[in-house]
Amino acid sequence: MNVLETMKKCIREALPDLDMVMGWEQGFDTLHATPLFMETAEDVDRLILGPTCVQSLAVHLPSLKGKKIGVVVKGCDSRAVVQLLSENLLNRENLVIFGFGCDGVVSLSRLKKKLGALDFIESAEKKDDRLCIEINGEQQDLPFDDICAPKCLTCSRPNAIISDHFAGPQRTPRIPAKGKTALEKFEEKSLPERFDFWKAQMQRCVRCYACRDSCPMCVCRDHCVAVSRNPHFVSQEATASENFMFQLIHVMHLAGRCVSCGECERACPMDIPLGLLRAKSTEVTSALFNQEAGLDQEAVLPLLSFNIEEETIEEHD
Amino acid sequence: MPPSNDLKDGGELRIIGFLCNWCSYSGADAAGVARLEQPTDLRIIRTPCTGRIDPLFILRALINGADGVLVSGCHPGDCHYVEGNFHARRRLETLKRILPISGIDPERFKYTWVSASESGRWQETVREFTAKIHALGPAPRMTDVVSRSKDLSLEGLLLQDENGGA
Repeated sequence: MNVLETMKKCIREALPDLDMVMGWEQGFDTLHATPLFMETAEDVDRLILGPTCVQSLAVHLPSLKGKKIGVVVKGCDSRAVVQLLSENLLNRENLVIFGFGCDGVVSLSRLKKKLGALDFIESAEKKDDRLCIEINGEQQDLPFDDICAPKCLTCSRPNAIISDHFAGPQRTPRIPAKGKTALEKFEEKSLPERFDFWKAQMQRCVRCYACRDSCPMCVCRDHCVAVSRNPHFVSQEATASENFMFQLIHVMHLAGRCVSCGECERACPMDIPLGLLRAKSTEVTSALFNQEAGLDQEAVLPLLSFNIEEETIEEHD
Repeated sequence: MPPSNDLKDGGELRIIGFLCNWCSYSGADAAGVARLEQPTDLRIIRTPCTGRIDPLFILRALINGADGVLVSGCHPGDCHYVEGNFHARRRLETLKRILPISGIDPERFKYTWVSASESGRWQETVREFTAKIHALGPAPRMTDVVSRSKDLSLEGLLLQDENGGA
């Protein structure tokens, strides 16, 4: 039995005790997956697993608190679940986690850059380390590393780190390719260059809040400080400075909580490299507090705790 | 008060100070009462505790055009609310280290601890920080229009594309 069939079997067996199980189904073509909310056994038939299952379904979990929910998770999604559990935003007993070993997911924006347009894809299939797609009657065979999500290039946790049911084999984490990370490359720029970069990027930002809404750790929803009038941190003007303020709020609110799932960057319709800001925040909090988010259910948020003597912080007196 | 002599240019810059009510604000007050001469670029906002200072206050000030932000509170261990400044220390240090990625010079933000009795130290802190901000000059503003032809390539920032141009 392959991974998908095993997963379907697990879900069918668990479904009678659950209100719903979240997974993915094929969207309007074979390259696009869309979230699938399974309530009956027939719904389970539509489930797919594979490189097109890009969305993190963990984002829906906090709003479904109180219901008995099953969720299918990749390695990166599972970290979000762990982090939500550690922050007491979910009840473990109401949650059934279906994990599997992820083999990387595609990045539609990288693929679009490669192919020019992604109108309708007749077929898309991953074969080892290549993606074979058929577009406008033409066969294209692309190296997967060229079109996968950036996070997959350095993925160290492809397997769900928490699960009640695990389908298929464990994947071995990939050895990160040699070369500088995006963050290291960006940090070679001088401060004024970086500022100009963000200034230009923030002029493109349309403040659609897709980055916030796709973020599994953004749980304030209607109480988001970015839209509240009291306190009024950000105005409704979509100017570069207001957009930047919003982005930096997101970064500060995720400091020590960001699970590096890359959903913000994926969801961005303007392809703004928001991952850089998150990557830096993760680097900083790991260095300061020796703690990575989404790995330990018992962990205490670093910015909600302190040591009387901080070893990593130079004393300022 | 005339601008301090150690500042070469006459123009004032905008420096925002967030001071804890119990230590630094009293310290600054004591410095004033003692007529310790200080540069006048600093505009002080009094807060109940450094723990009240959301890092977003600092970001908002910097993005709204402050040339520098100074945060000062009780020495760790002396907090009026026992642990407010321990929390603040973690938040402020996190912010200070994240700032460089945004292109905002982290030197424009300083946090320090000054107690109510250290009026001399307060004078020294303000002089030093103001001089540093004057050396850096006015902060770049987000509102200045940037040409859209500027390099916006994203692919160059990805790991695999070695020859990318970003």
